[in-house]
Amino acid sequence: MGLPPSPKVAPSFYRTYVGVLMKRFILFYAFLPFLLLVSPLISQAETTDDIEVYVEVLKSKSTKQKTEAIQNIAKTGHVRAGLILEAFLGGKLYSLKENGAIVIINDAASDIEISNAISGEDLGVATKKQIKKLRINNKLRGVVKASLAELQLSHPDKEKRMAAALSKFKSAGSSDIPLLENAIASEENKSIKKILIEAKAAAELSSNDSAIQLAAIKIIEKRGDSQALNLLTQLSQSAENEQVKNEAKQAVGRVESSLALWDISQTLFYGLSLGSVLLLAAIGLAITFGVMGVINMAHGEMIMIGAYTTFIVQEVIRNSMPELFDASLFIALPLAFLITGLIGIGIERGIIRFLYGRPLETLLATWGVSLFLQQAVRSIFGPSNREVGNPSWMSGSFELGQMAITYNRLWIIIFSLGVLFMLMLAMKYTSFGLRMRAVTQNRKMAGSMGIKTGWVDALTFGLGSGIAGIAGVTLSQIDNVSPNLGQSYIIDSFMVVVFGGVGNLWGTLVGAMSLGVFNKFLEPAVGAVLAKILVLVLIILFIQKRPRGLFALKGRAVE
Amino acid sequence: MMGLKRYATKMAATTAVAAGLMLSVSAHAAETIKVGVLHSLSGTMAISETTLKDAMLMLIEEQNKKGGLLGKQLEAVVVDPASNWPLFAEKARELIEKEKVSAVFGAWTSVSRKSVLPVFEELNNIMFYPVQYEGEESQRNIFYTGAAPNQQAIPAVDYLMSEDGGEAKRWVLAGTDYVYPRTTNKILEAYLMAKGVAKEDIMINYTPFGHSDWQTIVSDIKKFASEGKKTAVVSTINGDANVPFYKELANQGIEAEDIPVVAFSVGEEELAGLDTAPLVGHLAAWNYFQSVEADVNEEFISTWKKFIKDEDRVTNDPMEAHYIGFNMWVKAVEKAGTVDVDAVIDALPGITVPNLTGGMSTMLPNHHITKPVLIGEIQDDGQFDIVWETDGLVPGDAWSDFLPGSKDLKSDWVELNCGNYNVAEAKCLGAATN
Repeated sequence: MGLPPSPKVAPSFYRTYVGVLMKRFILFYAFLPFLLLVSPLISQAETTDDIEVYVEVLKSKSTKQKTEAIQNIAKTGHVRAGLILEAFLGGKLYSLKENGAIVIINDAASDIEISNAISGEDLGVATKKQIKKLRINNKLRGVVKASLAELQLSHPDKEKRMAAALSKFKSAGSSDIPLLENAIASEENKSIKKILIEAKAAAELSSNDSAIQLAAIKIIEKRGDSQALNLLTQLSQSAENEQVKNEAKQAVGRVESSLALWDISQTLFYGLSLGSVLLLAAIGLAITFGVMGVINMAHGEMIMIGAYTTFIVQEVIRNSMPELFDASLFIALPLAFLITGLIGIGIERGIIRFLYGRPLETLLATWGVSLFLQQAVRSIFGPSNREVGNPSWMSGSFELGQMAITYNRLWIIIFSLGVLFMLMLAMKYTSFGLRMRAVTQNRKMAGSMGIKTGWVDALTFGLGSGIAGIAGVTLSQIDNVSPNLGQSYIIDSFMVVVFGGVGNLWGTLVGAMSLGVFNKFLEPAVGAVLAKILVLVLIILFIQKRPRGLFALKGRAVE
Repeated sequence: MMGLKRYATKMAATTAVAAGLMLSVSAHAAETIKVGVLHSLSGTMAISETTLKDAMLMLIEEQNKKGGLLGKQLEAVVVDPASNWPLFAEKARELIEKEKVSAVFGAWTSVSRKSVLPVFEELNNIMFYPVQYEGEESQRNIFYTGAAPNQQAIPAVDYLMSEDGGEAKRWVLAGTDYVYPRTTNKILEAYLMAKGVAKEDIMINYTPFGHSDWQTIVSDIKKFASEGKKTAVVSTINGDANVPFYKELANQGIEAEDIPVVAFSVGEEELAGLDTAPLVGHLAAWNYFQSVEADVNEEFISTWKKFIKDEDRVTNDPMEAHYIGFNMWVKAVEKAGTVDVDAVIDALPGITVPNLTGGMSTMLPNHHITKPVLIGEIQDDGQFDIVWETDGLVPGDAWSDFLPGSKDLKSDWVELNCGNYNVAEAKCLGAATN
């Protein structure tokens, strides 16, 4: 906590402000003994003293003492016991440096409001220098969660009960069985009840009665996930009763084989997800390189600029209207499309149009543009990563059978397919799409039909860049937002477009998805490094055999 | 007489002019002491190294405010090796031959250090290397102010094996595919096996630089952890790849109480691009955290924020290493009374300066330094909360005691004048410092 607080108010005002606070402090401490005398009279007189002693122990350095103290705090049954433990878990339990009183803070950001941990009395505001955090580590977090679970198994809030049940499942010991039985009897929500029954079974695995153990194995096996496997493996190694041991071993085998099946679908999902990322990165390039034939090395930087647009949008939203945060991506999408699209048109009009038909010069010039854009972003935003948050609907995961599906990956798959189909529709059914196809297929003929080929080129390049920009918005959700963001996608994008077949959007889709799935099935077998190399080697071999990629354009237009 | 007088006046005038000229020449030559700063300001490593360049500029500015060194002002010569390893060697040569710097502070990745080693040896200059590294090296011209494996990796594993750390029995060693993670993991594997961990309880995994799709690996870790033993992950994942790795951990719901991840390359700077709320409890091992409570640290942080003109900028471990290294160099130059390279190299071992954790670090004869080891837990504000620290300072060991090839090697540039003295054979292996 070496951080000095940052006063955002004018210094003189700040000083008086602090002065007032100090007065409030002094007043409070003058009355502290009185408060301590009164508060026990109000709440349970016999437990308040105990809880004070136990809470005091949380200041010690010994994990062992703290563990006991946490369990004891939970046992006091004090009205605020749960609150204190939650504060400890959330890193909000502090001690005042001045007199060692233990307080709960409500905000770690600017003005820290503190209240007495045990009485709940409001103590005004403190600065970071006046308070010291009570240390918690992973081991204690586990203990606190287990103790909290005990207190919250009968909590009126459904989600808290759920969390308590889940935490009990992880930590249940034989002493918890009566408690769990009570909870099961009174629980009405089905899914919570199921977890409570499983938690009880987990506790019963270590029972002395082999019949109870065998029944518990059945329940745990039904759960069938990796946690169940973990419990059963432990039992199969430690059980004393031969029958139990065998049954556990067989259950482990069955759970393992069902998990292996789920594993394949999980890998398939990972593959599709990787494929969708490749697809997103490559769609823009499929236009500029695939349709127009421009080797655009600055494509990756368009992705990066899209990601930085998201960052700026989120910064503005955070500072002015935080309630809109979940919608930040929807605001960023059109903005990123416009910005990168305009930059793309600028690049085409300013550089590329002078270089048509000279691929080597185009490559070098766009590479120069990419370095220029990278360094420009580095100078404006600095070299370090920028934080782009996930909106709540893109965080976390849900379970589908034994598969964990993360929301951000799922949305990216849906989104990438959406972008691809919108683009296909635009190319097929809009007049701009028609002109674009006409120009790329036969420039002279299109020109003599009255199409302004120069502008179609510029707009096509702008479209490709704009799509790269919206890809950047999406990729900012899973990758670093740094000036180097684009570089990591440029090679993959070219790979996908060349593999799928230049000039064909369906080819890009199939190419991206098959590369993704192939990569993910290789990865567990040979490791990430070798998988990447193998994919590259296979693509080179494939291109030798079919130089035009998977779906080659046919006809005279190719010539 | 007349002629003589005129002659004398003329002489005096000439001498005066000549003396003046000479004075101005010598004043020009002695005006500044040049210090080279060799950090990438563009390319992949710019993300980490630019901060170190700024830290060096700040340290030099502060020293100049105090009156410079040996009565002269210091002048920073900044070059940009652009994350390009061979360019590091070229730029180092430029600094030493063309700019005639007295010492160089720089490099981040081990491969860039290896690339400049021969240049420093050939041209005989001094480099301070500020980043934690894999050890297995000790060179006369290099001073290693970052942590050796015994000052970071080994204590971190010890902590995870202890009761406080959760008594881990099964280990995932995950790293980026290059020399630092590979050597560190080799040392850790040997160490764990010496501690009685079975081979099948260790999973080693490498990923390419900038790896961004962590789904398979994170679910592999989850699977590996579901075999009935407490599992911990030791991460030597470097640079940009960390952000997607931690995002995937959070999304797949791996909590620190179940599978703690201890990282050796993740500091305050790396966390700046992340929402750390889901990562609370994951660990990092360093010799310095911004959250260290010490007056000297608070002063450093406020100077840094003032220098960089940004209240949100953080400090990190390699910055502290430069702070220590720079002050050691200043003290050694003062002790030697000259910036002459050989004199300063001889003066450096034994120099003791304050570090930012409130203690004193000493340069050892093996060109490594003594440092405390701290384990910090990630907090929701992107800072670390220190949960464990070594009782005293740990001396850096160049040659690991857990690798068969380097067990017998010892580095001592004071008495043995050798970076790789074989104790068993009682001879110096010499130039093969790899």
